[in-house]
Amino acid sequence: MSGELGHFALILALCLAVVQATVPLAGSYTGNRTWMSVGPSTATGQFVFLAIAFGALMQGFLADDFSIRYVAENGNTQLPVIYKVSAVWGAHEGSLLLWVLMLSGWGMAVALLSRHLPQVMQARVLSVLGMVAIGFLLFMLFTSNPFERLYPVPAEGRSLNPLLQDPGLAVHPPLLYMGYVGFSVAFAFALAALLGGKLDAAWARWSRPWTTTAWIFLTLGITLGSWWAYNELGWGGWWFWDPVENASFMPWLVGTALIHSLAVTEKRGAFKTWTVLLAIAAFSMSLLGTFLVRSGVLTSVHAFANDPARGVFILAFLSVVVGGSLAIYAWRAPHIRGGGRFDFVSRETFLLANNVLLVVVAALILLGTVFPLIYDALGWGKISVGFPWFNKMFVTFMPFLLLLMGVGPLARWKHHDPADLVRRLRLAFGVSLAIGIAFALPVYQGASALMGLGIGLAAWLLLSLWLAVRDRLKHRRGARAVLRDLTTQGRSFYAMVLAHLGVAVTLIGITLVANLEAERDVRMAPGHTYELAGYGFRFDGVRNVQGPNYLAARGTITVFDGDRQIAVLHPEKRNYGPGTMPMTESGIDVGVTRDLYASLGEDLGGGEWAVRLYYKPFVRWIWAGGILMALGGLLAVSDPRYRVRVRRRSTATAGEALAGGRA
Amino acid sequence: MTPTRKKRLILIVAMVVGVGIATALAVTAFNDNLMFYFSPSEVAEGKAPVDHPFRVGGLVTNGSVKRQSDGLTVEFTLTDTRATIPVRYTGILPDLFREGQGIIARGRLNEAGVFVADEVLAKHDENYMPPEVADSLKTAQQGGDVR
Amino acid sequence: MLRYLLPLGIFAALAGFLAVGLKLDPKEVPSPLIGKPIPEFVLPRLEDPKRRFGSADLKGQVALLNVWATWCVSCRAEHQVLQALKESGVVPIYGLDYKDERDKALRWLQVLGNPYEAVAFDEKGRAAIDWGVYGTPETFVIDKRGIIRHKFIGPLTEEKVEDILLPLVRKLKAET
Repeated sequence: MSGELGHFALILALCLAVVQATVPLAGSYTGNRTWMSVGPSTATGQFVFLAIAFGALMQGFLADDFSIRYVAENGNTQLPVIYKVSAVWGAHEGSLLLWVLMLSGWGMAVALLSRHLPQVMQARVLSVLGMVAIGFLLFMLFTSNPFERLYPVPAEGRSLNPLLQDPGLAVHPPLLYMGYVGFSVAFAFALAALLGGKLDAAWARWSRPWTTTAWIFLTLGITLGSWWAYNELGWGGWWFWDPVENASFMPWLVGTALIHSLAVTEKRGAFKTWTVLLAIAAFSMSLLGTFLVRSGVLTSVHAFANDPARGVFILAFLSVVVGGSLAIYAWRAPHIRGGGRFDFVSRETFLLANNVLLVVVAALILLGTVFPLIYDALGWGKISVGFPWFNKMFVTFMPFLLLLMGVGPLARWKHHDPADLVRRLRLAFGVSLAIGIAFALPVYQGASALMGLGIGLAAWLLLSLWLAVRDRLKHRRGARAVLRDLTTQGRSFYAMVLAHLGVAVTLIGITLVANLEAERDVRMAPGHTYELAGYGFRFDGVRNVQGPNYLAARGTITVFDGDRQIAVLHPEKRNYGPGTMPMTESGIDVGVTRDLYASLGEDLGGGEWAVRLYYKPFVRWIWAGGILMALGGLLAVSDPRYRVRVRRRSTATAGEALAGGRA
Repeated sequence: MTPTRKKRLILIVAMVVGVGIATALAVTAFNDNLMFYFSPSEVAEGKAPVDHPFRVGGLVTNGSVKRQSDGLTVEFTLTDTRATIPVRYTGILPDLFREGQGIIARGRLNEAGVFVADEVLAKHDENYMPPEVADSLKTAQQGGDVR
Repeated sequence: MLRYLLPLGIFAALAGFLAVGLKLDPKEVPSPLIGKPIPEFVLPRLEDPKRRFGSADLKGQVALLNVWATWCVSCRAEHQVLQALKESGVVPIYGLDYKDERDKALRWLQVLGNPYEAVAFDEKGRAAIDWGVYGTPETFVIDKRGIIRHKFIGPLTEEKVEDILLPLVRKLKAET
């Protein structure tokens, strides 16, 4: 029963999306207020129906209703409840439903939270969101219906892919999708503004909190994904340059550029067309990622089961959305007048350079990701682009970005005397250079040029952030006066500090783990101790353990630092039953400055096992930095100035906009 | 030319030069890091390079997996049903490594014609075969000319 | 003006490559075995391990070989289609049980019905490799001379049976 209900709700949601995409848009051109007011109610209705559909599918899993094919393929009576819930988005059809649910959720949020917008603007934004929803709903109903029936009904389901039975992966896709889908709001705002021909400071200000919110989710999603890969894949790696990872990283890079560019457009009225292009690009990258992951054109460790019909559909959809919006861009953008002037040495220039670098890196990653495809399409043979290439590109361009990150926050808008800027920063630069060289000198184990570069840049970032904070103080003496100065700073400033701090922390983590990690594959015999990075790993054998829905071989490895026992690791090899693959569950001792990591290989007989041991210094810092960045984003969104100012402006939009355009 | 225009020109030229350098770097770096894919048939015909790393994909021949006494070195043969090549790998095999399973190995050929792998990949899906492997199996079975 | 068209141009080029990339999808291509004689094999029967079933048993008649397994959900969806086909008596269906457990497979046939004349039990999936099986289910159409004439990837549906399978079987039966 719940299957039909869900299916029906999907169809109703599609009908509402069609109304939402057309009626308010038509109203915005004819000036019909009744038509425009249809937008918010259809957006809310669409969310309600999709929530019903989502609930119906979840009910199918909780009730083990294997008459629904999707449930039979991904559910199982033995599955713990948390994984029954997460199985809803564990495979293609359900994750698509989650995606659309979130899209409508963002649409509803726009409908509810943007009442103060001019009605024309709101109507157009909601219509664009409606159009995107139509595409995804059609895709789902025609090629990937999650409510398809299965007859005869099997007694037991095939169960969720064991790889996905991990708490991290229960949360990872929703976060990531929230980010991907969230860029649709920035996209809709950009298109609505393009259609109206009014790309002004007000538009940038409306768009900013939405864009930042989407970016927060994406940041957390990527961070969590990296952490999951590290925990679950048993290879100790935290980033693989896999097409699926790249698919999430490209929109993140473009989204980061967009956040910065929006700031310039809001504050200075400059870069308007560039900002619009970035907004279109960020969402296009999200869609492209979907295409790459679900069409089967690329080989990846975690691509979804593929189907050519789906690929054709997404490509067509992608062409309509991206091609259409870029065509509108080409048509409208030439008529947009440039904004505020700025000098060569100014914050605008630094932000522009940062934007260009971010986009170049994103474009290079895109190139590397689709290059095998292009190569094959031209009939030159089958290749893959190895991760060394990606690393090389990243290491070549990121240092420039990080250098700029140090200068940008200190530079003034419009004009900054170069000599003054040099004077402020030369000490910090000298100190970072010295630190970098010190870390590059081969006086200790693990020192290398890259190590020096990474640590030197991190020092540069931290020192320049400190300077930026100090710069804001009017009084330099007296704890009270300093405190008062600090508390009067806007939240957006601290948001920047926090996010940039996150970058520095991640950078330190990446540099140290990449240069100092150690790994060893060993044949371990019970009772024997093996040495790695100064730690002793004693193998205490393997025994069988019964889990809720699996059987595991559970190893015990006791770790010693000298004579002192510091940790006991329990790596596991889990077997989830016939027809599934054994899973490696690594045993990790977590620490602030280092992780000790073990994963079981094969049973070599006679109680001996092949075991992989890792020493991972500062690996946690990579994810801690990601969390700091997200917190920075959160602080920026919470800035009351968006709400207060926007509310006041709703009455005076036109005048303000004109003023913003000329500034 | 007004000062503003001049500044703008400098900015644009700088950007174009920068993007140009980026592209040039990216393309030259491709040369060293592109990993070519060969099927066992192509390797057997001597089409694969001897000194350069590449990838080879096929099915692990049934009954061919042999473990050396050190416990971590494994030897097996990889087949596309037309030709079979020997592979050696030291380290921990992926969970999905089994006889009859489609895999991709990355490494290089030694003088003795043994493919020494640095990495062995298998996919987390019973129904799955990496597209390259499926493709080369197809060509091999047709007996047609392989790329 | 031209610079505003640049992004569109870049995207169009990319979309072009993606479109070609879709065509390259390996799952779209038909089996290489089509037009080739069936690969030789001899396997124990599912229902009685002492008896054998092999390629010789398939020759001399128009027949279907269906690759299935109990762990395969799509096979369950396909089962009723096979059952209906058996009841129509148009063409004999043979099974190749792929990487499965004997008890489960026997129970499956007991509960869902047995559309097969005989089932070869390919526990290790050895024969399936020679047949170029990518996944389950797959169904091969074999003619009287023991040549594979068609391969269905994925579950058979009523449409596939009506539109492709039955016309083909009729044509093959008419051949001498």
